[in-house]
Amino acid sequence: MIQLEIYIAGVMLVSLIIYMLTGGADFGGGVWDLFATGERAKDQRELITHALAPIWEANHVWLIVIVVLLFVAFPVAFASIGTALHIPLTLMLIGIVLRGTAFVFRTYDDQSETTHLRWSRLFAIASIITPIMLGVTLGAVASGTIHVDVETGIVETDFISSWFALFPFAIGVFTLTLCALLAAVYLTLETDNSELQEDFRIRALVAAVSVGVMAGISFLLSAEGAPTIRKGLGNSVWSVPFHLLTGAVAIWAIWAIWKRHYSLARVLAPIQVTLIIFGWGLAQYPHIVSPNLTFSNTAASKSVLQPVLIIVVIGAVIVIPAFWYLYTVFKGRDDQTGSLIEQDKTNN
Amino acid sequence: MSDLLAARAQMAMSLAFHIIFASIGIAMPLLMVIAEGLWLKTKDETYLTLAKRWSKGTAIMFAVGAVSGTVLSFELGLLWPTFMAYAGPIIGMPFSLEGLAFFIEAIFLGIYLYGWNRVPKTVHWLAGVMVLLGGMMSGIFVVTANAWMNTPTGFTIEDGKAVNIDPIAAMLNPSSFSQALHMTIAAFLAVGFAVAGIHAYFLRRDPQNEFHRKAFAIALCVGGIFALLQPISGDISAKRLAKHQPIKLAAMEAQWETERGAPLRIGGIPDEEAEVTRYAIEIPKALSFLVHFDLNAEIKGLKDFPPENRPPVAIVHYAFQIMVGCGIVMIIAGILGGWLAWRHKGLPIKSWYLRFVTICTPLGFIAIEAGWTVTEVGRQPWVIYNIMRTADAVTPMPHLIVPFIGFTVLYIFLSIIVVILLRRQIFIYD
Repeated sequence: MIQLEIYIAGVMLVSLIIYMLTGGADFGGGVWDLFATGERAKDQRELITHALAPIWEANHVWLIVIVVLLFVAFPVAFASIGTALHIPLTLMLIGIVLRGTAFVFRTYDDQSETTHLRWSRLFAIASIITPIMLGVTLGAVASGTIHVDVETGIVETDFISSWFALFPFAIGVFTLTLCALLAAVYLTLETDNSELQEDFRIRALVAAVSVGVMAGISFLLSAEGAPTIRKGLGNSVWSVPFHLLTGAVAIWAIWAIWKRHYSLARVLAPIQVTLIIFGWGLAQYPHIVSPNLTFSNTAASKSVLQPVLIIVVIGAVIVIPAFWYLYTVFKGRDDQTGSLIEQDKTNN
Repeated sequence: MSDLLAARAQMAMSLAFHIIFASIGIAMPLLMVIAEGLWLKTKDETYLTLAKRWSKGTAIMFAVGAVSGTVLSFELGLLWPTFMAYAGPIIGMPFSLEGLAFFIEAIFLGIYLYGWNRVPKTVHWLAGVMVLLGGMMSGIFVVTANAWMNTPTGFTIEDGKAVNIDPIAAMLNPSSFSQALHMTIAAFLAVGFAVAGIHAYFLRRDPQNEFHRKAFAIALCVGGIFALLQPISGDISAKRLAKHQPIKLAAMEAQWETERGAPLRIGGIPDEEAEVTRYAIEIPKALSFLVHFDLNAEIKGLKDFPPENRPPVAIVHYAFQIMVGCGIVMIIAGILGGWLAWRHKGLPIKSWYLRFVTICTPLGFIAIEAGWTVTEVGRQPWVIYNIMRTADAVTPMPHLIVPFIGFTVLYIFLSIIVVILLRRQIFIYD
């Protein structure tokens, strides 16, 4: 019989995967906003804006879901992470605030070249800081350096050492490359302009290679930086086939981008990211914050977990169709190609 | 500044900032849905223009509200880990439901703001209704979690730990209904008058402008109706306080002595050293009557409680007076508007009345800020009333002044930009 808290942990992992596939790609959009170059730089930016505008706020809610489930179901883990990782989380929050606000301010501020570019820069830089800090946080959680007294819940680690290290930052950059890859792949399908498609094809290839490099670096650093995870990733029965599968999908995705099979790439890149996060989740199990905190020793009581699971099920029944509808309205291939913001301006 | 004070200041500042945008996010969809509904019904294009223009301002406010709300949900753990380790599971129910409501709000807001030409008209209007419901429910659930901090129920304590947790009982604690009702009405009331005030400003210059007339009519109706409802919910809140948090009521009224036939104090300066309140206008027996419908009912005074358990009396008392004062002005504005409309069989656009409503523009938000000051400061020194002290809940993290200053600078910057952008949205067309 699987314990209730494992279901909740599963929901959290799935939420994190969806957050990366949707919200992560929005951050990736910010990366490509910063690296918008060439004569089509303006068109690239505009395409990113149109792709993000209707959906980024809904995508962002997945992060709230993860946070809420964490503090409801695993309160001591939430308290420990909030204490030991106060600094990277605060930086991430500042990134979240600046990303979201700079994005809307850019749309509603005056449309002069300089103002627009100023908000673009802020939006882009915040879009880069946020996923790095999210990755640093996850890397630190995985590293096994946050020591907590299980009985009292007192964090015995200082406020710096668990995250200010090579491994968490490698995971931070790794996360950023995943976001950039997803964004570039999605963006190839957001436009009918073949030159723009080509721009994002090149970017997707660069990102895909960077993902490979960062995956390798993270794996090497994990020997020192996250020994428990490394053991999970390296020695378990499932690990070798799992790595092979992930690698195969990654190479297949690069091939699809190279061959301009964009629809296929849009399926493969998310699968690749899903496998990576899922693999981390499996390697992390049974620890929620290694080495001391496990899912079972931090779980809230059954009387708390049961109703939460019921809400999750009801929520899924309501949210998934609504989410699907949102995406069909704005991401369907048969959409009117006129840009949203243009429509928006003419509505004035 | 001590770390505890810095943490409290950061939390207070974050809440004070967020509540403005959250209120707008709750109430603006009602105005937009009314305008769009009238367009669907009458085919008058002015209503459509109105819904679209309101939705632009709302897009800015909603984004700021969403990200500042995210900051708060993290700050619970960043600043108050001990509190969250204790309370997280108990108040998990409303927070989980809030997550669901927020999802609905954000998904349908995307459809509402960007789907004008992409979904059928009625679907678009229904998306607006979903945004309204999602926003309202989201607010209600968060307030419910706060209500639990005032009247914690749904668990028992063994060896300093909360056990036998009943999340539903915790959610339905004695303060939930009165607080959620008071805040929801406050949001509609504040936003109704703020919007009516802005359009009143333009109507004074151009009384025949159809656009501003329609906008003013809708906003004033919403503001006025909720202004008349608010005293009822205020009364429910006061009765709840007398029963469950008498010390907060005593601080609000600056009532030191436990007495029968307690007076209602208007103004006055509480002296916390001497334990007296000076220079107040006292209406004899009115407090006893308002709370218990009995002129000689007993009201508990602050002296009944040990000094270390008392909240800062002066802040709570002043904040309460400000809230009630703003509320009364808006109630008068609502009644006058209704009376003028009835007498002249039309929109109340007498110049002096428009001026009056323009003055009301910020009052609802001032009342909301003051009201939250009453709730939060009035609960001190407790984070969970009578169970956990705020001082025991704070993070061991040092140098909390740094994030406090950081977020303060960030929010001041955002406030300035929002004001500039809203001015552009409002004035660009005229």
